[in-house]
Amino acid sequence: MRRHVILVSLLVVLVGLTVWITNMDKIGVMEPFTYGEMLKETQRHLLMVVTAELAVILIGVPLGILVTRPGFRKLATPVIGGANAGQSIPSLAIVAIMVPLLGMGFGPAIAALFIWGLLPILRNSYAAINNINPAIVEAARGMGMTRGQIARKIELPLALPVIMTGIRVSTVVVVGTATLAALIAAGGLGRIILAGVFSGVPLITLQGAAPTAAMAIGLGFILERIEKWMTPRGLRIEV
Amino acid sequence: MLVEWTLDHLQITFVAVGIAVILGVALGVYITGKGKEHIADTVLYLAEIMMTIPSLALFGLLMVLLGSMGLKTIGFLPAIIALIAYAQLPILRNTYTAIREVDPAMIEAGKGMGLSERQLLFKVKLPLAVPVIMAGLRNAIVLTIAIATIAALIGSGGLGVPIVRGLRNARMDLIIVGGVSVAILGLLVDGLMSRLERWVTPKGLRRR
Amino acid sequence: MIELEKVTKTYPDGTEAVRDVSFEVDKGELCVLLGPSGCGKTTTMKMVNRLIPITTGKIFVDGVENTEIDEDELRRNIGYAIQDIGLFPHMTVAQNIETVPALRGWPKDKRRQRVEKLLELIGMNPGEFIDKYPGELSGGQCQRVGVGRALGADPPILLMDEPFGAIDPITRVRLQDEFLRIQQEIKKTIIFVTHDIYEAIKMGDKIALMDQGQLVQYDTPASLLYRPKNEFVENFVGADRALKGLQLIRVKEIMTSSPPLVEADEGTATVEQRMQYEGIDWLVVVDDEGKFLGWVDRANLAAGQLVSDIMNSSATTATANAVLSEALSLMLSSGLKILAIVDRANKVEGMLSFDAIQKALSEIAQRGESE
Repeated sequence: MRRHVILVSLLVVLVGLTVWITNMDKIGVMEPFTYGEMLKETQRHLLMVVTAELAVILIGVPLGILVTRPGFRKLATPVIGGANAGQSIPSLAIVAIMVPLLGMGFGPAIAALFIWGLLPILRNSYAAINNINPAIVEAARGMGMTRGQIARKIELPLALPVIMTGIRVSTVVVVGTATLAALIAAGGLGRIILAGVFSGVPLITLQGAAPTAAMAIGLGFILERIEKWMTPRGLRIEV
Repeated sequence: MLVEWTLDHLQITFVAVGIAVILGVALGVYITGKGKEHIADTVLYLAEIMMTIPSLALFGLLMVLLGSMGLKTIGFLPAIIALIAYAQLPILRNTYTAIREVDPAMIEAGKGMGLSERQLLFKVKLPLAVPVIMAGLRNAIVLTIAIATIAALIGSGGLGVPIVRGLRNARMDLIIVGGVSVAILGLLVDGLMSRLERWVTPKGLRRR
Repeated sequence: MIELEKVTKTYPDGTEAVRDVSFEVDKGELCVLLGPSGCGKTTTMKMVNRLIPITTGKIFVDGVENTEIDEDELRRNIGYAIQDIGLFPHMTVAQNIETVPALRGWPKDKRRQRVEKLLELIGMNPGEFIDKYPGELSGGQCQRVGVGRALGADPPILLMDEPFGAIDPITRVRLQDEFLRIQQEIKKTIIFVTHDIYEAIKMGDKIALMDQGQLVQYDTPASLLYRPKNEFVENFVGADRALKGLQLIRVKEIMTSSPPLVEADEGTATVEQRMQYEGIDWLVVVDDEGKFLGWVDRANLAAGQLVSDIMNSSATTATANAVLSEALSLMLSSGLKILAIVDRANKVEGMLSFDAIQKALSEIAQRGESE
């Protein structure tokens, strides 16, 4: 309960700040961005996040699960090691490197976000399946469940909450990294933040920073609820 | 030039992490104390929320804050504050968890031998907690290197400078130099920390 | 019903886990695979339901070679219970137990009925446990549910791999007794793996003793004890085989079924007369429902007015299904030479004397050696 209170009050403050600034006439030498512009950049930001996340989920989850299957296990170390490396490299570097490789704009931004957001989901998908008590799978096999039934009825329900956590962590991180996309002409709320930074008008920076923070917190919260909802009742029991 | 940027980068990283470690470990140890569970909960939650705020956004917010206090809004100060703030969560959380999850059997053994709370902390809990804290430290350093790169945008120097300049002026060479250098830096440090982590783990606890 | 013919298992790296094993398990028999760690007993069992593929040799289940049936179909016909149980944590007790019936498409009410019946069979109140999750159960309860789940679709065969292994010794004995009671009711063909010789002797109709992948001796428990084939068997069985022999007989086989009873509110004078008349030195004290309360000894009669004043109410009792070794142990620890035998509701069913145990023991020894 207390968590929700902190969360909601934070969101209210952030949104309030944004509205307050947007309503101003002039701050120093600049005018704040208009509602229309705010909306546009928010949409663009959201679009980047959602697109990148979908790509990460569609590739990361199956890949993570794939390397738990017999026959593919040897690939687990290189694959996860690779994704790990992706996270050791600073986000700005990944975003910037896209420019000589792919140019500027939406596409290259998504590529960078994909690389950066992959690890949490890949690692969690792998761990989710791998960490299931082997006795459970053995019992299921011994009872005569087909491979498909075991995957569907046993492994998936047990793995889902952990995978969901990975998705949540990845999403929150990608919202943050997406702010950098503005540097490679992909727009988004980062554009507003940067405008404030470069023009030396802190309130404009805030006009971009506040909604971004709100988006990160808000999405994180929604995904956490989904995560709880996906946890089977039996696993929520405190033993 | 490259050397200068690299050194700047390393300097700000280590200063930030150094302070973050002192704060983080101290705070982490403090909240594991008896009866402080609700404080622990709140502190950890706040740190978690901290992490969800994009670094660029935090820089922005800090600039406003510092401006309203009449302090310098760009350069070293806001950067280091943000860096310390971000480095907190991995260190804090790992310290807390590591101490909390020390096998209760060992604590009982220690108490049975007559160790006081303080002795228990320093002789049993902390040594056993070190590997996990190291993992948190490793996380924190890699994170700090990454965010320090972004801090170049608000004038704190480091390897982010060539990247930002390159992006602004469409100079691919600058982007590549900066990008590749900091990427190598990140990977190297991560690798080194991984070694260090293993080295620090008491032999008995190491997972083969 | 289960027939193993020269079954061998060799792993790709050359390890011969099972070598040339042949034996037969008749319908309704409980065959124990016994042996030290690494002897191949679990591997052998798992080849019956093809969880581990056979290298050479054949296994026949009910006359049909087990490689000729689809492996999933084969397994649905064989109950499987393992040491770590592997209960599905995200399913309720009922859902766990009805796994195989559900796989076979049984209608909902039929499944429900079956679950309730099985819960009663394993001694767990359906009303209480049906919707609980494994996380809410104790170790012993989990193990029982594991057995219930194995019996789900009423398979003719059960494979059990140290199913009582992960439990504390007290609960284990209780579970073993319960299981034997269940087996009496349902008479399944069972292969049961264990490394514990006491368990093997207590539970098995036949024992297959294995060592390093080979079958050393396949015999009844008594024969294994009293006619060991070679030194390995002798050593494995141990020097205390007389005591182990006590595992072979159940209390009900030698107990006196109508012991002299007296109620707690009887006067000691009456009791004294009765003892003199019938020529006995002790009586079993019961309440008005026939439930056990204690003993009264002739020597103590003078000490009080009523039976309840002088009775020895040490609560040591045993069930009719218990093996003699347990009964003897209880007797020794209570310091009495007689033991009251009670049913589940604590009603007196009979009594057992030390002399009777001694007599039974020497009879087995003679029988075992002369067979």
